[in-house]
This record gives sequence, C-alpha cells and structure tokens, in this order.
Amino acid sequence: MATISVRTRNGELHSFDGRIGASLMENIRNAGFDELLAMCGGCLSCATCHVYVEQLPSSANLPVSSIDETELLEGSDYRRENSRLSCQIPFDETLSGIVIGIAPED
Amino acid sequence: MKPGNLTQSFDCVIVGGGHGGSQTAAALRQCGFTGSIALIGAEPEIPYDRPSLSKDYLAGKKTFDRMHLRPQDFWGAREVELLLGRHVRTVDPTTHTVMTDRGEQFSYGQLVWAAGGDPRKLSCPGSDLAGIFYIRSKADCDALIDVLPGARRIVIIGGGYVGLEAAAVFREIGKDVTLVEALDRVLARVAGEPVSRFYEKEHRARGVDIRLNSNVASLQGVNGRVSRVVLETGDAIAADVVVVGIGIIPSVGPLVTAGAKSTNGIDIDAVCRTSLADIYCIGDCARLENGPGIRIESVQNATDQAITAAKAICGEFKAYDATPWFWSNQYDLKMQTVGLNYGFDSVVTRGDPATRSFCVMYLKKGAVLALDCINSPRDYVQGRKLVESAARIDPAALADTSRQLKEIDLVMS
Repeated sequence: MATISVRTRNGELHSFDGRIGASLMENIRNAGFDELLAMCGGCLSCATCHVYVEQLPSSANLPVSSIDETELLEGSDYRRENSRLSCQIPFDETLSGIVIGIAPED
Repeated sequence: MKPGNLTQSFDCVIVGGGHGGSQTAAALRQCGFTGSIALIGAEPEIPYDRPSLSKDYLAGKKTFDRMHLRPQDFWGAREVELLLGRHVRTVDPTTHTVMTDRGEQFSYGQLVWAAGGDPRKLSCPGSDLAGIFYIRSKADCDALIDVLPGARRIVIIGGGYVGLEAAAVFREIGKDVTLVEALDRVLARVAGEPVSRFYEKEHRARGVDIRLNSNVASLQGVNGRVSRVVLETGDAIAADVVVVGIGIIPSVGPLVTAGAKSTNGIDIDAVCRTSLADIYCIGDCARLENGPGIRIESVQNATDQAITAAKAICGEFKAYDATPWFWSNQYDLKMQTVGLNYGFDSVVTRGDPATRSFCVMYLKKGAVLALDCINSPRDYVQGRKLVESAARIDPAALADTSRQLKEIDLVMS
C-alpha cells in the first residue's frame, strides 16, 4: 500500500491509498477532494492543480519541473519553494508517505 | 398513472452533466448548501472531461476512467442525485417543474440550466449518410473510434479547434486527412490571421490537405455510406469517413419556450440569473447581458460561472468576473489563450512564428484584450496581468522579445 496525505485548505490532513501510475492530481481528485479544480484535465495548460509538497519520503525523488510547469507556477500569487503542479507528478511506491497541501485558489 | 403522480422534489435541479453542471453541484456543497440536489444529464456517463475527447481520448492515449471529473462515489458522498441518460423537454417556471423525455417530472426550488450545446449538423444533401461523425459526446467519439481502423481517407469539415485537433490526431495515426473550411482561413471565428496562417502551415507540413474558401455542396455515398464530399466548385474529395466540426447550437429550447429572454443563448445577469425567477443558466449556452455580447464555449467559463451561480444560490451575490482562458493541443503545439479578443482592432505578433514559439496579442484602441500563446507559457502567464489591467502599451515594446512582458512599462495607465 502506498499512502498519500492531503492537507485541505482548512488545514485538515487526510490520508488515503494512492493509485500507482496515476498522477498525484488524479489521485487527489479521485479521492474526492473537490478543492482541486484541475480544469485542463492534466495537460499542463493551467495551474489549477497547484499543490505544496510538504513532506517527501527521504528516499524519494520527484521528477524535475519542466520549464512549462515552472512558468505556469510563476503566475500564481501563492507560489512557494515547494510548489508543484500535481498533474506533473506520477505517483509510485517510492512516494508513499508524501504529504501534499492544496494551494489557495488564485 | 399521470406523470404528475411521479413528481419528485429537489431544492436544486441542475440540467446538464458536463463541466458546468457538475461544478455547480460540487460548489453548492462547498458553499454549505444543505438542500437536496439532482443533476440531470443527457449522457449516460458520470461527468467527464470533455476537451480530452478530441485530443487524447480520440488518439487512444487516455482511457475514459482517467477522464472522470469526480469519482463515481463522490456524487453519493455529496448527496447529489445523478439522473443520467435523460433530456429535459419542458420547463414550467410557474409550477417550478421540469419534465424529461422519460415522462418524469421534477420540481425545483432553484434550477440551474447547464445543458451546453449540440453539434451543429450538416444540412446539405447526403448529410444523413452513414460514416458522418461529430465530436461532442463520448458516444460520438466512440462511434468514430470504432470505424477508424477501416478508414484511410478522412475528410474533416470545419477548421475550428475541434476540426484541427482531430486532424492532428488522424495524421499522427497515419490517416489521409483533408480539411475543408468555408472561410478564407482556419480559426477565422476565434483567432487573428497570424495564428490561422501558422496552424495552416503546421498542418500542411504534416500532410493535411487544407481547402480554404470551400463550401460543401453535397455528400455522396455508396450503399448508404459516405464516399465523397462534393464542393460547390464541383471538386470531389474521396472519403471513407467524414468528421464534422462546425460549431454548436446552444441547447436552450425548453428555457426559451418557457419564456427566458434569449439572444444567442440564454441572457444572464452578472450572477448568472435568467429573466425567469429561480432559474440560472451557465456555460456554453449562456450569454452575459453585460459582457462581450457573445457566448463563451470553454471549460473555464463553465466552471467559473458554476461557482458564481452556486454562490448566488447560497446568498452570496458576487458578479462573474473571471479572466477567460482556453487551450488547444495539436501535435507538439500547445496553445494557451488568455482574455477574449472579441472586437480587437489590431494585433501584435511577439516572437517569430517560424520558431514555433510566439504569441499574438490582440488590442482594442491600444489596450490589451487577449493573447494567443503558442508554445509560450511565459507570455501566457505574464500576459494575463496585461489583459486583466487592459494595459495600454506601445506595440513596439510588446513585440520586443528581448524583454519579458512583465518588464514592459505601460504607456499610460
């Protein structure tokens, strides 16, 4: 079992079993968190799946942000050092235990 | 039994199971709406991501289970009753009831009409032949996908986004593609000429035979199945399959019959209310009275109007003022649009289209209205601010790629 923890905008933390192979965005959406709009469906055309990576398992490596992802995040008023677009991170076993916070809506 | 005996009551009835309808239901719950909610959808599937149909789904790159906007159990958990596979045929604003094509009657406290549109159909002779497809619903797309293995020559009628996206998919899977456009350029209704010419060049370079200024006179067939598209010039194009993408017609008949004020689509005020009491309208089929005067067909518009309507139903009247944005993916080209170029009087091209990374900026009386950014997410992101402030900037400065858009000074405020 591979776990994902999501902190919603009101600060509550929820954990659930993630689906391997699906993106973090799909996992968050499929777990029923409706704060994440993910309007473009995961094709890297918007920034409505913006999350903060709060904790990463020590052995895990996230894929490096592409230039496009970095540019799109740049447009958010809530960008932080640990900002990512969750559609750009495929979920796998090495990420089990990851803690994600949903960024405020721009 | 009379239909009236079957009346079921909901505090809110949402008509339409697309992006707008589903977001209305989700947003109502987020706003704390505790009443009963029914979502009546014409399609049998739970709400899904429609833009993928003409892109990754058609290409076989994305399976349908990855396109659900919310998981199946979400709707039950939020106590949203999904009534799928039904068309609402009549709305009675006096008794606050709607009736479906199954003869069911539902009464509503508030009604949100988010029925979107139906593809505009061909009307020329031969339009009823087999082998003619539209891309609007999953069922449309599945029917097309089923015949693709046996099709070599595909004729696309209509050079809008759907037609161009489909052309890109068909070329990528090795089909012969001819695209027929009635006007003198593709994307004529939605983009400026530099964008049109760029996409024509890209598609032609990949082997799409684009025929501009070409009206279809008739479709001809063999044994009831389309085999040729005949143009008004008399030219005929052989076709195993014809795909039609000539826009949508807003699905508003029952609301218009009920007396809702309509122009092109249903007229709505700043919080998405129609002229009928307790009836809202959002998305592709709605037209803001105090807006640009056109309907806007986009996921962003449907989603953000859904939130506006849901808030209004919950007593928070906040005028719709979202910045429009849109995207289209064709081949390796990502286009992102911010703003609405409706009414522009000049364009500035920033960057060289030959580099396949550039943007076209639309201005009206010197103020930035909108940008179409191709493989240029930085300009898309930075240009948003210019659109939102209707910035007035020297065109030469806008075109100067040695400076980022965020570094450019305003000519005047």
